[in-house]
Order: sequence, then C-alpha cells, then structure tokens
Amino acid sequence: MSVIKVQALSKTFGALKAVDQLSFEVEAGQVYGFLGQNGSGKSTTIRMLLSLIHPSEGKIEIFGKSLTDHRSAILEQIGAVIERPDLYPYLTAQEHLTLFAKLRKQKISAAKIEATLSQVGLLARAHDKVQTYSLGMKQRLGIGIALLHDPALIILDEPTNGLDPQGIADIRQLIKSLSKDQGKTVLVSSHLLSEIEQIATHILIIHQGKKMAEGPTSSLLDPNKTIVQIKTLDDQDAKQKLMDSAYRANILERSEGLYLSIPKLDIPGLNTFLVASNIALLSLESKNSLEDYFLQLTSTY
Amino acid sequence: MWPIIQIELFKIYKRPRTYIAFGAIAALILVIQMGLKIDGEAYAAFLMKDINDTLTVDGKVLNGYLICYILLQLLLVHVPLLVALIAADMLSGEANLGTLRLLFTTPYSRTQWVLAKFVAASLYTILLLIWLAFLALFLSMWIFGTDDLFLMKSNYVVLIQEQDVFWRYLGAFVFASFSLLTVAALGFLMSSLANNSIGPIVATISAIVFFTILSTLNIPLFNVVKPYLFTTHMNNWKEFFDIQVNESNDAITGSILNVAKIKNSILVLTVHIGLFVGASIWIMKKKDILS
Repeated sequence: MSVIKVQALSKTFGALKAVDQLSFEVEAGQVYGFLGQNGSGKSTTIRMLLSLIHPSEGKIEIFGKSLTDHRSAILEQIGAVIERPDLYPYLTAQEHLTLFAKLRKQKISAAKIEATLSQVGLLARAHDKVQTYSLGMKQRLGIGIALLHDPALIILDEPTNGLDPQGIADIRQLIKSLSKDQGKTVLVSSHLLSEIEQIATHILIIHQGKKMAEGPTSSLLDPNKTIVQIKTLDDQDAKQKLMDSAYRANILERSEGLYLSIPKLDIPGLNTFLVASNIALLSLESKNSLEDYFLQLTSTY
Repeated sequence: MWPIIQIELFKIYKRPRTYIAFGAIAALILVIQMGLKIDGEAYAAFLMKDINDTLTVDGKVLNGYLICYILLQLLLVHVPLLVALIAADMLSGEANLGTLRLLFTTPYSRTQWVLAKFVAASLYTILLLIWLAFLALFLSMWIFGTDDLFLMKSNYVVLIQEQDVFWRYLGAFVFASFSLLTVAALGFLMSSLANNSIGPIVATISAIVFFTILSTLNIPLFNVVKPYLFTTHMNNWKEFFDIQVNESNDAITGSILNVAKIKNSILVLTVHIGLFVGASIWIMKKKDILS
C-alpha cells in the first residue's frame, strides 16, 4: 500500500522552477531517502507534502487520500521535522511537548511525554528553557515533538543537521528502529549520501527539482563503482587516447577535468593503461562524493 | 479551537515582551499620580484660572475621577503603540522564529490558527485595558478620593455629579476596547504580510500616525474620507462625558449628549476589525510558508 503517492508535482517561484514534474511513491514500512544537494528541491517537496507550500501543479495523496481534501485527517497521522529545529526559546522542552500534546485528538499522558523526553535524551534538561540548548538538543526536541503522538508517517528533513557524531548515530538508530520495530513509514531527506545510504531502504535522488533516480538502495548505490579523476600534463591528449580505448564508455562529460566512472577493481588496470599510453600522469583520484555520484547519474540519463 | 487558543495564551504569558506594556503603563500612571499628589493643587489652579472670576466651584476638583480622565486623555493615544508590540508580532514573529511551520503542520487549519491568535491578542489587549482601568480609575479613586467630575471643554464646562460618573468610565473602557482591538487587528494584518518582527510593528505604528494626522487635519479633501477612518473614531470614548441638559441648563443625570455618535463609532471600528482579520486570514491561507 502506498503511504505517499506524488504525481507530476511542480512548484514555481517566479522564474524559478524549484520542483519539476516530480512523481514518486512511498510504500508502508519503508525508510525512503530523499537525496539531493542543497537547493535541489527536497525541502520544497517536503513542505508541499505537509501543506506548507501550495503546489503549482500535480497531486499529492497520503494514506490513499487527497492532501487538498483531507488535510486535517492526514496531518493527524504525520510527525515532521522540517529543516532547522526552530522552537520557542522562552519555553522548556517539557512545555513544548505539553503544548503540542494538546493539539492531537488522542489524549497524550504525562508518562508519554516523559517517555518521549527520555527517548530523545532530554529528560535531564526537560525543565531548562530552549534558549540554553545546543543545536543538537534542539534537533532532538524537534524529533521528540514529531514522535509524541505516535504518527504512522514520519517526515524528517535533514534530521542530523548540527548533531555531533554520537547524536547522528543515535538518530540513525532511532530511524531504523521506528521502521523495523514499530513498522513506521519514514521519509528522510539529506544532502549526505553516506547518511541516506546507511538508513534508507529506498532512495529518490533529486537534482534541480527533477527526479534523477529512484529505487531500492542496494541497486542504486553500487558500492563496487567509483568515479576517478585524472590529472595529466595534457588533458586533451589523454582524453583522446581514452576515447580511442575500451574506456570510451566510461568517460564522463564535464566542463572541467577528466572523469571516468569505473568499477573500483579496474583502477589498477586504468593506471597501467595510462602509463603504457605515455600519458604524463599527475594524479589519479577516486571520488565518492554525492556531487560525483550525480555526475555519474546525469551521464547515464 | 479552544486548545490552540490556550496554547497562544500560554505563549503570550511566557514571553518576556508581554510585560513591557504592563510595566510601561504602570510606570506612566504612577509617575503622573505622584506628580499630581504632590503638586496637584497648583495644577488645578492653572486649569481653573480662566473661569475663577465667573464661576465658583465647591468641593474637590482634583479628585480620582478627574485624574482618571486626565490619564486616559494622555494614555489612550499611546496604548495602541503598546498593543502593536504584541499584535503585530503574532504571525510574523512566528515566521521569523520558524515556528509557524510547526503550527501549520498540525491538524488545525490556518484559519483556525489565525483566529486563535487574534482571540489571544484580543484577550491580551483587554487585559492591558483592565490593568489601565485598575491603575487609572481605581487607584486614583483610592489615592485622591471621589467627588463630582468637572471637565473643561473647548468652549463650555461639564459638571457631572459623583454618582453619575462611574458608569461612564465603564462605558468609556468598553468603547476603548473596540479602539484597541482595531489596532490589534491592524497589527495582525501587517503581521500576516511579513516574516520579521520589527517591520509589522513599525508599519502598524506608522499607519496609526498617518491616519491620525488625516483625521485631525481640517482639509476639505480629507473630510470626505474622515468618517470612514478608524482613527477618527478611536477617541470617541470622550462622548460618554458629554451630558444632555434640560431647558434650564441643568445636567440630566444618566444622559449622554450624542449616543448615535458612539454607536456609529463602534460600528465603524467593528467593521474595521472584521476587514483586517478577514484580510489576514485570506493572506495566510494563500501564503507559502518558506521561513
């Protein structure tokens, strides 16, 4: 069953098309990773899913219902953290959770509030004002508010922003647990490939508002492949020689530099080829950044 | 909608800024009361200097009722600025903090949130007015005692008997609540247009100053629009203190000279409140929450 179904969703701000004909489906129980660089349209899409931004075109269905027609009933079952953990600086964590508990139809007990504070590691600071919290603590409180009413769908936009390594590991563990142990559906966005790779069962890659790729994590992120950047004394000559070789299909088009997408195990062979072809090699570097992954994707599309 | 009104009231209660207006009103009133207590007789003599030759006034001119009238004349011009501090920040302050998205992703609609925020801002405004009434009226009555109210208008004097004064103040405070709620609604409208705290507060105060000038200037071009400006009507609480007289020029106890003027002003102010709040709802419903 599709928990989220998005069809041909677009959003235009003046001349800028922030989201362009985006379609995807999230099934129940999935941890759906929404991956893209800053400004790629992730947050705009998430805000449309939460009815914060009005779409220019397209349809959104959540829990099988139109978001436009059943907004209130849908939002009752969603918990969300959107970008920064913005909270009321003059209220405490306890007061935040108590206030947001009042907004839900089901009664949320004081014990549940305490359990949530404990779950996000804020029990000891529950009565301190948020203005005294670190960014990581605010992020954890934001997640606490999102989880308080036991929602079926959890939407987390860049949830590990500002967290220390232990905090990131805790959130990662929490997301996995929400899916595995509690059967929740989680949509999580990030610009960090490594983050998404570790938690998501499915991934959608978005770039300049358009869907670049979508599918199970295991098939999208092939750990055996890498992007190699080659620096030589004469890149034009090197490129020509590579074009005339079996590596032709691996060359990636880019305005600057010489890049190839090849299996990791082929790197020694490439090195041997470059030396044997009398190419004056300065460096040969394996790249694994998201940007390079995008490059690989765009070259195949 | 009660839970979200409660939440909004709780947030107002917890915000340090809330208490600035209460503190400012208390400080102003106490300073004026202290000044009049110490040097009030000289002030009263100054007020009466033009009529002392033709009129003899028995009793205590400088009593709690007159002090309250003086205070209201001074303060009801400035209290709107204090109301704007809170009302003009209700929506834009949340947008600036980034918390508007927390509220708008709850099951309550944007219309419900805007209305809840306006109700909370209105309750705050009324509490401020009650505080003002407590200090300006009750405290003045306690410090200065009570007697007949003697008012000097531009070309006539009004003498209202002691037992006929108190209810007029109640009426004046109820009227003032409409004036201040209009300011709160205007601040709300400005707040719906911005994503920062300062802009709407300045814009609200500027709009009040601008329209007050238009209402005050006696230029034929502006006279056409004056009856429709909220600033023309905001100070009409004073109408409660103009009294009808009989054929022998004696004041008629319990009467108001121009009841129709008060009713008309309340109607104009109510229409403004409705328009400002309605426009705020419309704007917030259309708005993309990008903050």
